Amino acid sequence: MSNRIKVASQDSTHSNLFDLSIPELEEMSRKLRRHIITMIATAGSGHPGGSLSAVDIIAALYFKIMHHDPHNPGWEERDRFILSKGHGTPALYAVLAESDYFPVEELTTLRKLDSRLQGHTDRNLTPGVEMSAGSLGQGLSFGIGIALAAKLDDRDYQTYILLGDGECEEGQTWEAALSAAHFKLDNLTVAIDRNRQQLSGWTRNIMDIEPLNEKWQAFGWHTIEIDGHRFNQVLAAFEEAKTIKGKPTVIIAQTIKGKGVSFMENNVEFHGKAPTLEEAKRALKELE
Amino acid sequence: MTVEASTREAYGRTLIELGRQNKDIVVLDADLSLSTMTHLFAQEFPERFFDCGLEEQNMIGIAAGLAASGKIVFASSFAVFASCRCFDQLRLCVSQPKLNVKIVATHGGITVGEDGTSHHAIEDLSLYCSLPSFTVIVPADAVETTKAVKAAAATYGPFYIRLSRPRTPLIYHEDHHFIVGKSITLRRGKDVTIIALGIMVAKALQAAQKLATQGIDSRVIDMHTLNPLDEEAIIKAASQTGAIVVAEEHLAHGGLGSRVAQIVAKEKPVPMAFVNLKDQYALSGKPEELLRRSGLTTEGIEGAVKQVVQKK
Ligand SMILES: Cc1ncc(C[n+]2csc(CCOP(=O)(O)OP(=O)(O)O)c2C)c(N)n1
Repeated sequence: MSNRIKVASQDSTHSNLFDLSIPELEEMSRKLRRHIITMIATAGSGHPGGSLSAVDIIAALYFKIMHHDPHNPGWEERDRFILSKGHGTPALYAVLAESDYFPVEELTTLRKLDSRLQGHTDRNLTPGVEMSAGSLGQGLSFGIGIALAAKLDDRDYQTYILLGDGECEEGQTWEAALSAAHFKLDNLTVAIDRNRQQLSGWTRNIMDIEPLNEKWQAFGWHTIEIDGHRFNQVLAAFEEAKTIKGKPTVIIAQTIKGKGVSFMENNVEFHGKAPTLEEAKRALKELE
Repeated sequence: MTVEASTREAYGRTLIELGRQNKDIVVLDADLSLSTMTHLFAQEFPERFFDCGLEEQNMIGIAAGLAASGKIVFASSFAVFASCRCFDQLRLCVSQPKLNVKIVATHGGITVGEDGTSHHAIEDLSLYCSLPSFTVIVPADAVETTKAVKAAAATYGPFYIRLSRPRTPLIYHEDHHFIVGKSITLRRGKDVTIIALGIMVAKALQAAQKLATQGIDSRVIDMHTLNPLDEEAIIKAASQTGAIVVAEEHLAHGGLGSRVAQIVAKEKPVPMAFVNLKDQYALSGKPEELLRRSGLTTEGIEGAVKQVVQKK
């Protein structure tokens, strides 16, 4: 069903509006990181670490892989992106703003009273946001519902879900992993932001999830392992996922929490702490 | 003699009817379809039925994702699992975004019977009423079940409908006029009002008949919708009859009694009495035995009425 290409949707759905090259993606990724720092510093709270580790994957999707129309967020044929690790929402907001779902100037309203940019995503408030998230472990189930609807309606869109590695400790993630394979959802791809840290430390010490690749394989998934900060690998993995039939794909992306800001990298302190204005200044300088 | 019918069978049959009318109806279950009767839908529309296995949390997320993609989703399990097991999922994936998901749960209350505490759903109404945007309905019989399920399909937004395991007395005829949020006055009366839902409605009617022979004229209201509550009918009952008894197969806290009392306290304070489950879990037993042990009986309602009428 999913390898069928519809004549009517050929023009509209088979290209990404932005189609950035790898150097352009790299340039964009620095800009997005600057947004993340500025937003969280301005808000005075938020989650820089997991936003910085995830942002390259999200950028690759919106600026190269996905078929979507920022001026028509409800377009029925759009590819869907679900940010299951909802605390990484500054990364998503930065990408949505840069792709013109809403003005870039709005980013600094993050977490403020009456802002459309809530601390964790709200699907009814923010253009382009598919799911209200923030309670970890729920996004894959939600994505399965969307992917099943695509099969029922004979639509070609893809569903992408970004999970945290700590989030893989949630039981619901594995309920969902079982069922996505059971329903043979080859129109669904998970990316795991494998930054090896969670809220209070290294995943290995808090609740080890290894061997991760073998677990997903045992659950019936096609698995790919990549460096989640190298765009050539990220793009190749998403392209490979599209070719896999009969089962869902998981991309285990090795990443660095706090990536791009020296004093945040692998520093769990910045999981859920905003940089001071002084720290933000230093970070922005590094990201120029 | 009272005629009895199964509310869950009515649900299963109604799903088929809805499925024939609308291809966007999708049904989910969690390995209980033979009991919840969603297997009837599954037989006719296998491609639109998904058994999520023993994964209630996952089922709610999937339901929400389907609804976000334009489907009208019915998801079923036993009431205890469809509320307690997946509350966070209901909260964030369905209630907060106000998605078009209908949870129809069977085996509500203690009339599940022999399976015992783990299977008795006696907190579900409280939990669902605490979720903003959920419409919460407990039909009084099989006819009302059919009407409620059709109304849920036709009305955008989250619904919870609680049904029973045993067959229950038929109260309504096919021409029964059902409106979500609008209670039904089944018996006029001037001395006291009995407000009930689900299986307690039939018992309230019986109690009212007996009370009439003792000179107490009871109004009986089927408050099938807990949320949104028919405040107008409650205020009228308080003003016109001056005393209210609430009867429900649920714990005292957070169910119909609490909700009615809130309106009465605010708008028209009158003496009230409550027929419900006290602060404890029921055990194994036959449904009728458990109801008797807990005082959820015609006699229990009669006693509460006599008590409250004296306080007028
Ligand atoms: C159900 C739930 N429990 C706890 C939290 C609090 N919390 C927020 S982020 C986090 C750690 C997440 O770790 P991971 O998925 O690895 O995210 P990352 O390290 O990429 O930020 C926790 C425990 C939550 N949001 N949801």
